[in-house]
Amino acid sequence: MSTSATEREPRAAESAPDRGRTPRRGWSDLPSPLRHLLFAALALAAVTGLLLVTGDLTALRMAAVGYTMLAVAGLQLLTGGSGQVSLGHGAFMMIGAYTMALLVLNLPMLPLAVNLVLVVAVAVVAGIAVGAATARLHGPYLAGATLILAVGLPGLTHRYHEVFGGSNGLTVHTAGAPPFLQGLVSDSEWKALVVWTAVVLALAVLATISTGRLGRRMRTVRDDETAAAMSGIPVGGTKVTAFVIASAAGGLAGGLQVYVLGTATPSMFTLALSLTLLAALVLGGIGSMWGALWAALAVVYLEIWLSDAVRAFDLSKDVENNLPIVLFGVLLILVLRFQPLGLHGILQRLRALLRRAR
Amino acid sequence: MSTELLEVVDLSASYGAVRALDAVSFTVPERGFRAVLGANGAGKTTLLRTLTGLHRADAGRVLLDGEDITRLPAERVITRGLAHVPEGGGVITELTVEENLRLGALWRSSRRDRATEAEVLDLFPPLVERLGRSAGTLSGGERQMLAIGRALMARPRVLLLDEPSLGLAPLVTKQIFTLLRDLRERTGLTVVLVEQNAAGALAATDSGVVLNQGRVAVEGPSTDLLSDDRTRHAYLGF
Amino acid sequence: MDHFVDLTLSGLASGAVYAALALSLVIIYQATRLVNFAQPAIALIAVYTAATVAPLTGSYWVGFVAALTVGAAAGALVERFVVRPIARVSQLNGIIVTLGLLLVAQGGVGMIWGNEQHGFSYAFDFVGRPSPADVFALVSVAVVAALLFCLYRFTPLGLRMRAAAFRPEAARLSGVKVGLMLTTGWAISALIASLAGMLAGPPFISPNVFDIVFVYGITAAVVGGLDNPFGAIIGGLLVGLGMSYVSGYAGPELATLTALALVVLVLSVRPDGILSRPTARKV
Repeated sequence: MSTSATEREPRAAESAPDRGRTPRRGWSDLPSPLRHLLFAALALAAVTGLLLVTGDLTALRMAAVGYTMLAVAGLQLLTGGSGQVSLGHGAFMMIGAYTMALLVLNLPMLPLAVNLVLVVAVAVVAGIAVGAATARLHGPYLAGATLILAVGLPGLTHRYHEVFGGSNGLTVHTAGAPPFLQGLVSDSEWKALVVWTAVVLALAVLATISTGRLGRRMRTVRDDETAAAMSGIPVGGTKVTAFVIASAAGGLAGGLQVYVLGTATPSMFTLALSLTLLAALVLGGIGSMWGALWAALAVVYLEIWLSDAVRAFDLSKDVENNLPIVLFGVLLILVLRFQPLGLHGILQRLRALLRRAR
Repeated sequence: MSTELLEVVDLSASYGAVRALDAVSFTVPERGFRAVLGANGAGKTTLLRTLTGLHRADAGRVLLDGEDITRLPAERVITRGLAHVPEGGGVITELTVEENLRLGALWRSSRRDRATEAEVLDLFPPLVERLGRSAGTLSGGERQMLAIGRALMARPRVLLLDEPSLGLAPLVTKQIFTLLRDLRERTGLTVVLVEQNAAGALAATDSGVVLNQGRVAVEGPSTDLLSDDRTRHAYLGF
Repeated sequence: MDHFVDLTLSGLASGAVYAALALSLVIIYQATRLVNFAQPAIALIAVYTAATVAPLTGSYWVGFVAALTVGAAAGALVERFVVRPIARVSQLNGIIVTLGLLLVAQGGVGMIWGNEQHGFSYAFDFVGRPSPADVFALVSVAVVAALLFCLYRFTPLGLRMRAAAFRPEAARLSGVKVGLMLTTGWAISALIASLAGMLAGPPFISPNVFDIVFVYGITAAVVGGLDNPFGAIIGGLLVGLGMSYVSGYAGPELATLTALALVVLVLSVRPDGILSRPTARKV
């Protein structure tokens, strides 16, 4: 009954360094960034295909899966990778979301790509500020400090009402499909495509980092800080870097969310959001980027299915609003108790069984 | 015929795939003073930990005065009269000396047992003036005394000690061995002493068991073991 | 000047609540090195129990006792059946499971009673400075702290609990049922968290009512040192005063971020809290 950590280690260790010397066929022969970019292109093609055969509603949901996945992947790198528990991931999504909204409102001439780059830049700056301040905190202390961030940050929107719009938040209009594609794809489909393009690019970056040198360093720090320090790894720097990368992912996810939904309110970024992201991560499978996909699917679709179920059984609004939260909490506890590797662990085991059967 | 108070029958235990004890059998008679010797990693500490239920036995039995205590959890074993002073003593440094002593008698009664406390303190005069102090302020020898004292507060029938000489000056070690002998003479306590310091332990005890790689290698009266050169060279290293 | 006195008095009253929460965190941390993020969940269960029982029986105090009883029982059950088997594996899993419990409790309360605010009455009149309610908060927390001190310092149960916390294996060899002591510790901690909830809940309760209170409780525990009960109490009062001044003079929305700054500042100077003796970090 060990955590994902140790069991995945051999694969991580064998990855980069000896790959150049021992030529293997095909896929794993490519350098890691290229491999991840190719994979990203494949994923994007798959998403486009899916979008073409489904309707507008699915497009919005797929967009939601996209940015949620990015947020969870950032948390994956931080918690699964470097072993830091952050309860403030929602806060970085909020920073990204409000940055995006403010950019669209105040500098409408900027193109979306520039906006997204600026969103990431702001999230990186915020990540550096928080990460540097919390670099010395470990385990429960970091969780406590980021919990305070998650609870405290939404309050600022009330404090600076004229900028952030208080509890009503900010509402923006973002451009849909470009004129020459009008009639070919709907606005929602276009937005989903844009979201997924940004998401797969960001994921390729995250995957490259996590399979590269920095990723190995983070895992070493996670497993034993003292040993890491003794083997010459800058522990503090590695932890802050992980924090900053995770913040950037969270911020970009928040920015994309505003791009799709057109609104940013403090009630979107409660402590429950941060907790749900963490729960989803554990549920999907901590320690693997694939886990983030299962996690995002779970966050988006569990909510939808539960809402349908609640309506089917004619239960109250209170139940409908809270059932997903309760279910995530319960699943989180059950997964930790009985299946610490999450859904990804189950799938891996099934795959191994199939391979043996063959 | 002497009655065997502690009987160990084919006791086996392991850490994961590593077998630490392999069908170990020996007995300790009432009022006996027995040494368990062997090199590092021979299984001595595991033996004591398995006897008192801190480690799970894979197979075999531990009988205390005929009663099977093999599967008893550690916190119940003490109530049967088997006390264990772990390696390093296990003195709780965050508590005072007196609290450490009181803790030893708590399972018998929540009431404070001043009579036993006085008896124990009689054995360890240096502890008397330090009663109110934190156990963390004691010297190594005093800590070992406190650890033994705490075990005696439980009024055990058998006392198991894990390397009480560890880190102590030879003179202090000698004092502790002498004290254990005295204790046996005066109170009829049965003592099992796990030691790395074979020469000292054999000088104090009446019989010894030598473990090697989790098995009983040699067994016999302490004087025989001391005079048997082969055993000394092969297992005891002196 | 009047404003300052007002802020000081209300700061002390809320500081008592933070002290209680911090104390409840310290009890668990000392025993298992786990920060219990489920503490607001316990407080939540307690106040909603009171909000249900009090109107049924027509007595605030029946509700009060019910709240503390249910809270303590919830703490004990959660420790025994949920936290213990999971936290054993790793510290990370321990933290995450308490967060899962928090999600379940917040969502569960919302499912049953709704997310909107409900009125929740004070034990005593809340008008005036210091109001009877403020005095009650201070006195009840002081009494609890004193009782706790006596329990730990002078009773056999307290001795067993301390032994189990410091050296579980040595305690077992002395006949202490370590598992039972852990459960007892959680029950006591949950009782105190429930009391804190009863004091901090009014005038309105909702599933998120304790988020901010818990933030200050954690701040207090960190400031005082997570394994120092006296530090927790002093830290609670200091945080209560500090937050009251910040809210009064600079605005309530800044208080949480001030708390964050305080936590970060304290921990970068003294990683184990300002009231702890500096010791070598354990490896």
